[in-house]
Amino acid sequence: MPAADLVVSVVVAGLLTGLVYGLMALGLSVIFGVMRVVNFAHGELMTLAMYATVFACSAFSLDPFVVLVPVALGFFGLGYVLQATVINRFITKPEHVQFLLLLALATILVNAQLMAFGPDARGVQTDYQLDAIELGPLLIDTVRLYAAAAAIVASGLVIAFFRFTLVGKAIRGCADNHLGAKVIGLPVERLYALTFGLGASCVAVAGTLLVLIVEVTPGAGPAYTLLGFVIVIVGGLGSIAGALVGGVLIGMSEGVAGLFVSPSAKSMVSFALLILVLLLRPAGLLGKTA
Amino acid sequence: MSLVVKNVVKSFRGLRAVDDASFEVPDHAIVALIGPNGAGKTTLFNVIAGVFAPDSGEVLWDGQRISGLRPDRICARGIGRTFQIVRPFLGLSVLENVTVGALRWAPSTQEARRESAEILERLGLAHKAALPAASLTLPERKWLEVARALATRPRLLLLDEVMAGLRPTEAEQMVRVFRELHRERALTILLIEHVMRAVMALSHDVVVLRSGKVIAHGTPEQVVRDPLVLESYLGEEALG
Amino acid sequence: MNKQVIAAIGVSAIVALSLPAIVSHYALSIAIATLYLAFVGQAWNVMMGFAGQLSLGHALYVGLGAYVSGALFTHLGIAPWLGLWAGVAVAVSCGALIGWLAFRFRVTGVYFAVLTIASAEFTRIGFDHLEWTGGPAGLFLKVAQRDSIDILNLRGPPAMYYYALLLLALATLGLCTWLLKSRVGYYWLAIREDEPAAEALGIPTLRFKMLAVVVSAALTAVAGVFMAFYKNSLFPEQVFDMGRSIEIVLAPIIGGLGTLLGPIVGAIVLTLLGEGTSAALQLAGLELPGMKQVIYGVLLLVTVSFLPNGIWPPISRMLVGPKVRA
Repeated sequence: MPAADLVVSVVVAGLLTGLVYGLMALGLSVIFGVMRVVNFAHGELMTLAMYATVFACSAFSLDPFVVLVPVALGFFGLGYVLQATVINRFITKPEHVQFLLLLALATILVNAQLMAFGPDARGVQTDYQLDAIELGPLLIDTVRLYAAAAAIVASGLVIAFFRFTLVGKAIRGCADNHLGAKVIGLPVERLYALTFGLGASCVAVAGTLLVLIVEVTPGAGPAYTLLGFVIVIVGGLGSIAGALVGGVLIGMSEGVAGLFVSPSAKSMVSFALLILVLLLRPAGLLGKTA
Repeated sequence: MSLVVKNVVKSFRGLRAVDDASFEVPDHAIVALIGPNGAGKTTLFNVIAGVFAPDSGEVLWDGQRISGLRPDRICARGIGRTFQIVRPFLGLSVLENVTVGALRWAPSTQEARRESAEILERLGLAHKAALPAASLTLPERKWLEVARALATRPRLLLLDEVMAGLRPTEAEQMVRVFRELHRERALTILLIEHVMRAVMALSHDVVVLRSGKVIAHGTPEQVVRDPLVLESYLGEEALG
Repeated sequence: MNKQVIAAIGVSAIVALSLPAIVSHYALSIAIATLYLAFVGQAWNVMMGFAGQLSLGHALYVGLGAYVSGALFTHLGIAPWLGLWAGVAVAVSCGALIGWLAFRFRVTGVYFAVLTIASAEFTRIGFDHLEWTGGPAGLFLKVAQRDSIDILNLRGPPAMYYYALLLLALATLGLCTWLLKSRVGYYWLAIREDEPAAEALGIPTLRFKMLAVVVSAALTAVAGVFMAFYKNSLFPEQVFDMGRSIEIVLAPIIGGLGTLLGPIVGAIVLTLLGEGTSAALQLAGLELPGMKQVIYGVLLLVTVSFLPNGIWPPISRMLVGPKVRA
């Protein structure tokens, strides 16, 4: 039976990592909530961002937090273009066709990354990589703390965007009523592209932050996609708060499971949660029951 | 062998779509269910057809309770229905669409296809039997919807606004076909309809629904003169 | 059927039957890979193409069939023809569980797809911890002499595997053809097209969806048994991998969802393209692991964008005329 303060440390670490997961899931939820598009390539985009961060940091001797903004902007552009050129044509097509499109993209991304970067794990090196803060009996990793803080800020920006800006409200209008939005003259296609770009930059920022905590391999892409889905389904597909709550929940449960069961079995707890949610409350903890 | 709707209540999030509705559809009768938009007619159909269970009250068919049963069980008991917004199996051919219905009772696919071909002949769609349902025009899709429901050999047919969107001549043709089918197959029919001419021409009885409540029930002539009915369609002021 | 079609079938049959004698070892292994894809693609097609339920975790059934029969053979000496039934039983139980959970609780669309992905992942991790099947280090089947044909234990030269798979693929084609023309097929298609409308016509949709899942799982498990005895080694990481599940999906989608010959056509196209790419890369002296999957991804992208019904329907229309559901 591990000591109580170890358990609490693990829970806190899980909470912090979970906030970064939450940011990733946020992107997924936003894309689905607005466009009903299920982004099966989400994790693969994140690993791409992680690689981008690794290389930018090593090439220019920069800190990930500095690289954050250009990466976010870059992926915003990538997402925008992707939606405007490829994905947009599929919005009205049957669901399974959309899934397959994004799975195709995911397959291409994963293997392109494998070809480009090789299968070995890569990470970033910062001066504060191994630092930890002592809060009484607790030991909190500095990187996790910074990453979580940045995740909170980023999520806050997204929430503020949707709540307070004109464009954000227009996007919410599209989400509520596609046809109605068109009828009143909103540039729906452009707003969708914006939304996808926003989702992509969320996941990119999450990736930049996550690579401070874990190393990246090409094969991690699909695992992150699945993680994103589990979080979003548990928290509530289409709910921003749900994504964050779900992320934290999953992060903490993974940490605890890793401690009490075994590190590799931690995702089994997440899956058990997923199945429970799907059966009992498919709308998720914070989702709207249709 | 009649349909009895007894005190059926169905609410959605606090709104009473069907509010204590009661009426009977006698065996072998044609009854029309009319009322302004939003009166709860399709919801009532959905309750009868098993899509929803009523919050309270019951639906009896052949003296047995069917409310709360699944739609396929209700179809197995001899109740067929069409949908207000037609739902053809677009990827299948016209004949295949109807065959699916006939398989409800047919022991083999050959028999099902044979009877389906006959029904299509009867309803004037035989020339399109091999074509995909997606290629049909809206009036043709409505005929297909009826053919498919008919193929299940129902004793009670629920028709939800089948004449909507049809030209007067097409609607007249449908009325004629329903009259014949009603006679030949001893069908009982409950139909939701806005096309008044069809209602007057076809039905023995009319039930008027408004805001979920039954406000009138009688022969077409009686109902058309009922002040409550007139008021719900034309408004209080129009009556002076 | 006109003379040309009969002739084409005749020629294909002759080629198919004599393939091991006329092609190289390498080409035969490609043929085996193609047949495997065709077989497993048809199995998946039953669930999605016929009944409309999108499973993205089909590697689960392959893995269960493979591991159960493989472990029974390795530890208890049980012949594959018997172990097969155990593998199928396990796979069918899992499929039934997933199906029942999903259909009973109305888990559809993306939720169902995620449920299938999660189930495969869950099982992968489970097998990573299962000592009886070797855990992450893998399960290794006893490799017997490859020259003698031991059909009972599924050991022999590649030609034997080729014929076994050919038989399986053809038998499945026959089964699917029969199913599609029967009441089951009609009901599946109706459910796929519009489930509420199907219900209104008296179809007990839960029962038939479960049937599709069970048939699909059973066939896929058989493919798994075959794979175990052909490859002789199983690792949870590989067998239950999500990439495997996607591979299973490629052939039917590219070939033609819901058609009978689609998965077979798709398998041929995919393998040709894949091997062509590998050969081209080798010629150019490049070593690019993952290029094949990128090509597959692009092919899927192109198919989904421009030929959503797959490659086979337009070709079949040209050859045989419109409105033949093959």
